[in-house]
Amino acid sequence: MSDTITNILLVGVGGQGILLASEVLSETFMQAGYDVKKSEIHGMSQRGGSVVSHVRYGREVHSPIIPEGEGDILFGFEILETYRSLPLMKNGGTVIANDLRIPPPSVLLGQETYPDDLPGKIAAMFPDSLLVDGQKLAAEAGNVRAANTVLLGAVSKRLDIPDECWIKALEKMIPPKALKVNHVAFQLGRSL
Amino acid sequence: MKEILSGNEAIARGAFEAGVKVASAYPGTPSTEILETIVNYKEIDASWASNEKVAVEVAIGASFGGGRAIACMKHVGVNVAADPLFTLSYTGVGGGFVLVVADDPEMHSSQNEQDSRNYAKFAKVPMLEPSDSQECKEFTRIAFELSEQFDTPVMLRSCTRISHGKSIVELAEPVAGLPTPKLVKNPSKLVMLPGNAKIRHPFVEERLVKLAEYGATATLNRIEMRDTEIGIITAGVSYQYVREVLPTASVLKLGMVHPLPMALIKEFAAKVKKLYVVEELDPFIEEQVKAAGIAVIGKEIISRCGELTPGRLRKAFNLPDASQTTVEKLPGRPPNMCPGCPHRGVFYSLSQLKAYVTGDIGCYTLGFMPPLNAMDTCVCMGASISSASGMVRVLSPEEKKKVVAVIGDSTFLHTGINSLMEMAYNQSPATVVLLDNRITAMTGRQDNPASGWTLSGGETNAVDLVQLCKAVGIRHVRVVDPLNLEETRAALNEEMERPEPSVIITNRPCVLVKREGVFKKGLLLSIDQDHCTGCKACLKIGCPAIEWQPAPDGKKGKAYIDPLLCNGCDVCRQLCKFNAIGSAK
Repeated sequence: MSDTITNILLVGVGGQGILLASEVLSETFMQAGYDVKKSEIHGMSQRGGSVVSHVRYGREVHSPIIPEGEGDILFGFEILETYRSLPLMKNGGTVIANDLRIPPPSVLLGQETYPDDLPGKIAAMFPDSLLVDGQKLAAEAGNVRAANTVLLGAVSKRLDIPDECWIKALEKMIPPKALKVNHVAFQLGRSL
Repeated sequence: MKEILSGNEAIARGAFEAGVKVASAYPGTPSTEILETIVNYKEIDASWASNEKVAVEVAIGASFGGGRAIACMKHVGVNVAADPLFTLSYTGVGGGFVLVVADDPEMHSSQNEQDSRNYAKFAKVPMLEPSDSQECKEFTRIAFELSEQFDTPVMLRSCTRISHGKSIVELAEPVAGLPTPKLVKNPSKLVMLPGNAKIRHPFVEERLVKLAEYGATATLNRIEMRDTEIGIITAGVSYQYVREVLPTASVLKLGMVHPLPMALIKEFAAKVKKLYVVEELDPFIEEQVKAAGIAVIGKEIISRCGELTPGRLRKAFNLPDASQTTVEKLPGRPPNMCPGCPHRGVFYSLSQLKAYVTGDIGCYTLGFMPPLNAMDTCVCMGASISSASGMVRVLSPEEKKKVVAVIGDSTFLHTGINSLMEMAYNQSPATVVLLDNRITAMTGRQDNPASGWTLSGGETNAVDLVQLCKAVGIRHVRVVDPLNLEETRAALNEEMERPEPSVIITNRPCVLVKREGVFKKGLLLSIDQDHCTGCKACLKIGCPAIEWQPAPDGKKGKAYIDPLLCNGCDVCRQLCKFNAIGSAK
């Protein structure tokens, strides 16, 4: 095991399942024998505010938050929030994001506009980026709410963690009745 | 066995392993999940209290009865609980007593960023500060042992990054062989009238000296010698940032931040060339180290405001920053009241009536946000009613009418009831709107004495808010449906005109209440695009389900309701003068 720490940033809007996805990630890394730390701010998360969760793993992790400019993987659940978080990433990092647009209050009110062509801007700054239609793939898997698991599958392919750790973590963290759909969603994500 | 636990979950586990009998708290971010986890340990009697002072007093009773007891709260809760805490410092404990306080540097969800270490110093009690979830669990157990060994309440301090951060914890079995709780009469120790208290004060002072001696040898505090060029004294989450950013520096890691182990600090200072203190918020350690005649650098390089981050620490030590991407200014995404929230119509009506609104702490504080912009003051829990009461005493008769206090059910029972007694007693002619949504919504839907349910899910007495308001002496109490704008506005208008104190209680539950039969979704609404004139009246309530859709070809845009978000509250339909909003087909 090397001394390198891998930094994964999960961002999106309250209510999108970001915290559950970050728990599955943490559990997976612990299953794989790593030290893991996770940190998030969720005081306002149920009311449509921005949500950011930091997950770090390696041989020994100290800070629970990712040092500014050291993010390795940005796991985005909404495209504006993904773009907003780019400054936390290191140059050459990987961006995997759900191509979903959730307008913030000022845009709903017609006072500001939702920025144009965010996928294009992200791809220009981070060539190693993957935009996913999570909603469509989740619907294919059987439930549109499993979009976070599709994305999780896509993220999993970029990390060197044994398959069985992912499966064990999913089985521990996801309620039994939703497990079948989430298994399919995860595999769909892995095929991307 | 290993588990990934949040700091809050680990403190709960620590309480279980320490054999705690009673746990009491008032919810407050970032502390809430401690009690929500403790309730899963059936061996512990866990309950919500109506406020933090009451929570501490419940735990005091259990401790005096001989059982280990824990009270949990956020930093501002200690302000409410300070009265019993300071005297508990004098009486000491029976069974171990631990007060957990979760600070919120950076104010992620708080009205200020006070540093609770000052309370430990002020109340002359020891304070432990863990750096990760494993330490949260260990320190909780140690806190109970210290409490009994030194006959003192012990404070355990966390912060948002520890409370809501997760890391790996090794679980253990609960301790065995604790004494069975029983009544022991000891009035000279437990009745704090002046004659007895005078005897206890010297004990409290001697206790601090002994605790400092203990701190110099305890494993809680440890010196980690590395390179001797730089030595850093630190504690809590700051320790982790120091290890991340300055991995070669020598560190004195403090697990006990009050009283400080000055002998150990002197020993460490002598071993390093340059000494720093790295701490969030106040120069709490720094000032005491300087007062002991030791040269140290602290707040010269680290801000007193906000939380520390690895990046901020790098800047403080002039280390190179990682190169960062920049993006243009983007629309912000502040929290908002939910679609169908029963508070929205009330704030819209208050805004229409040009009321001066004294607000309080809860979801409804979001009524301050645009487009409602319907809150003018917000200080602390309970302050809405009492500040309205004071405000009307300085205003002209015309201006008095505009003053309306808004407060939620949980906040009302927390400290608002005291304020309402004052208002009734002194007959202040202001209007109070009691936003009763049957739950403590802001912290994540906890039950409270008005909801009819306990923390463990048992059905219980529910406070009758109408009778309560009448009982304290408010003659004009009425209940309105906040989703009916005409009714709400008429009631507000009448009560604001009335030159007497009055209370309007709104009766719709929070849309997030999951309990069966409490919140009922209304009929899904949609906007008939042929009838929508683009007047934007429906946008004035700021519902997240209504979106303005600009037209691309220079024509007027139209409003649209997102069917996935709409909860069918019907408030927007009442605002549309063109009958463009109706039930979705």
